[in-house]
Amino acid sequence: MYVIGERINGMFKDVRQAIQAQDKGIIQDLAKKQLAGGAHCLDVNVGPASDDPVSTVQWLVETIREVTDAPLAIDTTKHDVMATGIKAAGKGSVINSTTGQQEKLDVLLPLAAENDASLIALTIDEKGIPRDANGRVEIALRVVAGAMEHGISPDRIYVDGVIIPVSADQMTPTHVLNTISQCKMLADPPPKTILGLSNVSQGAVYRELINRTYMVMALAHGLDAAILDPMDTELMDALITAELLLNRNVYCADFLKAYRASAA
Amino acid sequence: MSFEVPVEKWSTAVSTITLGATADNGGTRTSTVTLGGAATLPFLHFEGQIPNRPVVAMEVLDTQPKEWPEALAKPFGNVLGDPAAWAQKCVEEFGAEAICLRLTSAHPDNEDTGPDHAAEVVKKVLGAVGVPLIIWGCGDDAKDNEVIPRASEAAAGENCALGTAREDNYKTITAACLADGHKLITEAPIDINIAKQVNILVSDMGLSTDRIIMYQATGGLGYGMEYAYSIMERARLAALGGDKMLSMPMLAVVGSEAWRAKEAKAPDAEGAQWGPQAKRGPIWEAVTANCFLHGGVDTVIMWHPEAVQLVKQAIDKLMQH
Repeated sequence: MYVIGERINGMFKDVRQAIQAQDKGIIQDLAKKQLAGGAHCLDVNVGPASDDPVSTVQWLVETIREVTDAPLAIDTTKHDVMATGIKAAGKGSVINSTTGQQEKLDVLLPLAAENDASLIALTIDEKGIPRDANGRVEIALRVVAGAMEHGISPDRIYVDGVIIPVSADQMTPTHVLNTISQCKMLADPPPKTILGLSNVSQGAVYRELINRTYMVMALAHGLDAAILDPMDTELMDALITAELLLNRNVYCADFLKAYRASAA
Repeated sequence: MSFEVPVEKWSTAVSTITLGATADNGGTRTSTVTLGGAATLPFLHFEGQIPNRPVVAMEVLDTQPKEWPEALAKPFGNVLGDPAAWAQKCVEEFGAEAICLRLTSAHPDNEDTGPDHAAEVVKKVLGAVGVPLIIWGCGDDAKDNEVIPRASEAAAGENCALGTAREDNYKTITAACLADGHKLITEAPIDINIAKQVNILVSDMGLSTDRIIMYQATGGLGYGMEYAYSIMERARLAALGGDKMLSMPMLAVVGSEAWRAKEAKAPDAEGAQWGPQAKRGPIWEAVTANCFLHGGVDTVIMWHPEAVQLVKQAIDKLMQH
């Protein structure tokens, strides 16, 4: 599974402080630790920490690039921040994210095409988040169709079924699982599916247990990617084991070690 | 209607290993061989790069072979029993691209020779030929742990391959390999899970994965070939899918396995219905090698010179594109 490390986000206190103090060490350390933990890609979110998010995203990307060439997912709702971040990050980066709203697609699909980037699409439109899987899949289809018009292969689209905290709505986890399964039938090649995992446990107790359990359930439904904390070893162990049980990797006695050695 | 060949996209390639060190690299070899590197299933040139052709190595025993039929022994004339002369004949007359020296005499049930003998034979063979050397133990764990470190040391700097490291006996040979700058052959009993596990164990000792060649102990054609073939294919698929712990080049021991089959072994008196042994034996060996090449092995270790010629011709054709 494609793991996007969530930790370089201005919402976290250490990152906010690093941005304010322009302290490269903290950011680079987080980049390296997440990659060592099994991340393939690193999310970069300026968060509320900066008055000048455009120059901050530039600084973050350049800072990370000093220690790794791994793909970056630029995580913002502001177009100028996105455009700057994606250009700085280079080919193979990820736009995080668009929704199904036409005015967003009109801007972000061309940006993805120009920069050879993948695109995370939240299944949200003008009417908000659909109640069930059907509404979510309908929005996903609209994004996939739009992507193809721009020459973007469906497998560069990551459909995010938008998880709502289980403490707020207990039906959403099931709707999102069904969305993941149904997306496989949308196109050939099908779009990929992704989860912003930690959202499922916002405001709940036993957050890590909830994240880990839901991760495994989603993998069994065919999930392709997740934004998560790769430094959470128990979460990563569960993920690796689930992939093994789904025959996505060859078993051996030291399979956890083998996975980490292969990811390194 | 036009037909479009379906082409699979793979994320990675088999890793590449070179055997043999020339003077430039601190050794005395006059030639080297490079294994692996394929970015597709065997010989699917339309799908991905296959930068290196499979290597045909010939096996030399460090003692007079026992129970070799006339059909097998005859082409070698009087060199059997003299490993240096035997190796030389394989390279100069039969076109062996590498020599696999098997330290058979060290086995307690054989002559029970010691580490000094092994070191001496290795040096003699290195002196007699310029091709890369594969050094293979006798198969008795305790004895191999005595003999291989000395054999390895005698070939230090020559960038040989040492065989074999197994799940229950890998530490000594891995240490020798690390100390003397060789490559390592990891062995599993036709079991992909154990193959991966052995690779993990030896890399935990500090041997990098690009110094490992995988070997699935196997039978000859008709004796478990299908099973071996599918395990090899599965390993190759895992390698192409990005599993670094299975992305090493593979090796097959063909000569000794093929000539264990009754179709090759039976003397003319018993196997008359299959035709003369001098013909069917080499063919049995060549076809066995050919099957393994299609399963994805990067080097075959052979016995009979005619089988070697047949396999080299087959490789020539398979590498045309």
